[in-house]
Amino acid sequence: MSIVNLVAQGALLGGYYALLACGLSLMFGVMRIINLAHGDLAVLGAFLVFVISDYFNISPFLALVAVLPIMAAVGWLMQRGMLERSLRSGMLVPLLATFGLSIAVENLLFEAYGADTRSLAPMIGDLAFDSLEVSNQLSISYLAALIFALAVALLGGLSLFLKHTSLGRAIRATAEDADTAELVGVNSRSVYAIAAAIAVATAGLAGTMLAMRATFDPYSGPMQLIFAFEAVVIGGIGSLWGTLLGGIVLGLAQSIGATFDPRWFLLAGHLTFLAILGGRMFNEWARARGGLRSSLGFWR
Amino acid sequence: MSLLTLDRLDVRHGLLQAVREVSFAIEKGEIVALVGANGAGKSTLLRAIAGAHIPASGRIAFEGADVTGLRAHKRVAKGIALVPEGRRLFGAMTIDENLQVATRVGRRGYWTSETVMELFPMLRARRSSLTGNLSGGERQAAAIGRALMTNPRLLLLDEVSLGLAPVVVDGLYRSMRSLLQGDATLVLVEQDLGRALSVATRVMCMLEGRIVLDGRVGEVTREQIVDAYFGLRGGAGRDHDTKATA
Repeated sequence: MSIVNLVAQGALLGGYYALLACGLSLMFGVMRIINLAHGDLAVLGAFLVFVISDYFNISPFLALVAVLPIMAAVGWLMQRGMLERSLRSGMLVPLLATFGLSIAVENLLFEAYGADTRSLAPMIGDLAFDSLEVSNQLSISYLAALIFALAVALLGGLSLFLKHTSLGRAIRATAEDADTAELVGVNSRSVYAIAAAIAVATAGLAGTMLAMRATFDPYSGPMQLIFAFEAVVIGGIGSLWGTLLGGIVLGLAQSIGATFDPRWFLLAGHLTFLAILGGRMFNEWARARGGLRSSLGFWR
Repeated sequence: MSLLTLDRLDVRHGLLQAVREVSFAIEKGEIVALVGANGAGKSTLLRAIAGAHIPASGRIAFEGADVTGLRAHKRVAKGIALVPEGRRLFGAMTIDENLQVATRVGRRGYWTSETVMELFPMLRARRSSLTGNLSGGERQAAAIGRALMTNPRLLLLDEVSLGLAPVVVDGLYRSMRSLLQGDATLVLVEQDLGRALSVATRVMCMLEGRIVLDGRVGEVTREQIVDAYFGLRGGAGRDHDTKATA
């Protein structure tokens, strides 16, 4: 496998991780909630798309158009009905609440659909395997390119939305200081619910892409959560473009790891995540002691 | 009908009672200086009027309508705005964005980005800077401007001079009368008695959560205010058994 191909495949995979991480990053950035049910909500979206396109015999892309508003409603209800109450009790309660939601979603899906592994790939025809042969060394899968383009469009669109619209400014203001946002006339609870709706809708989108490019079952969520979480942390928490970069770094690390040994695919990703997290913590530690050089004590 | 009426308002921070049975009415067009020592309950009272603190008991009426149970953003929509202590600007946003956030409530009137910039010309050159990078005076001006953008009928100013250089405070106080252009009534909390009296038409003094003096500026003497401030002659209804509130 050529280096160019390796980098291209890793970066495209990173696009999927960025798509997945977008909603997680948004919810953390706005509400300071780490949504442990994020991966399971993505899988829920995949199941909804699967069921709707199977039942009505329509393209999964068409089903996705119907599923996105459903997922947004799920996010809105999750915030208004559950997280809003838990937020009043500090940091830990929302975390536990989303953990509980994660278990509930997994088991409800298992109850309804059993343990069978499914995929949307058979329903999207040639798109599942067609690719563009750029050279005999490099071929780009149309689906992977589509997912990457979706990630860039979503993150870019979300950045523009947050920067240039009235609702976007209200979301940023609430993210920074919800009490003060209320004092200038922003309904912070409604802003939170909107942010949660956007986040869960994007999770549904990412879950559908997972289902098209690979397989899923009721218990696929936690692994996706870990990928999303790693992408968010690598890219820097709260930064949308950082999330894209984080996804790409994670995808590259996994692809490069897998060229040495297929078993290294996951491990290389996790080790990269740990190395970057460790580096950040070391930097903080060093800064608290007056910079890297003085803290190490040689360089006099 | 009074603009704002408080009826036996009690506000608590947990076990601590910060405001005790406060009742008064404010008429349209007044400039009320609310003075008192640290911990007398002035900020808490303003925050309760703005809806940032829900009172333990009592009633708040604004333009005749009960607003006691309304959340802060709904009170802003009715025309109550608070400039909070410590500015509390959105530091990751520019001055322009800070002002625009306050227009979401949809109260149109005299105050727009342009009229705010005319009031505080120093903001104009820095309108695209993040407020995290501004000087103290610029921040305070931006915080007042942000509250004005909601075109309030009642503007509550909490310690606007705190932490600012005297020359900057002079500038702010010179602009104070212009704040009335938007048809607003002002309540300002101030530590500096002289400055407060220089603009106010009415002065109220708080001690240990109660209003112990309330009179028109000019009708009460400075000595009366100072006595009430420190509780020297046991102002109206003061409870001598109560320990000073924090």
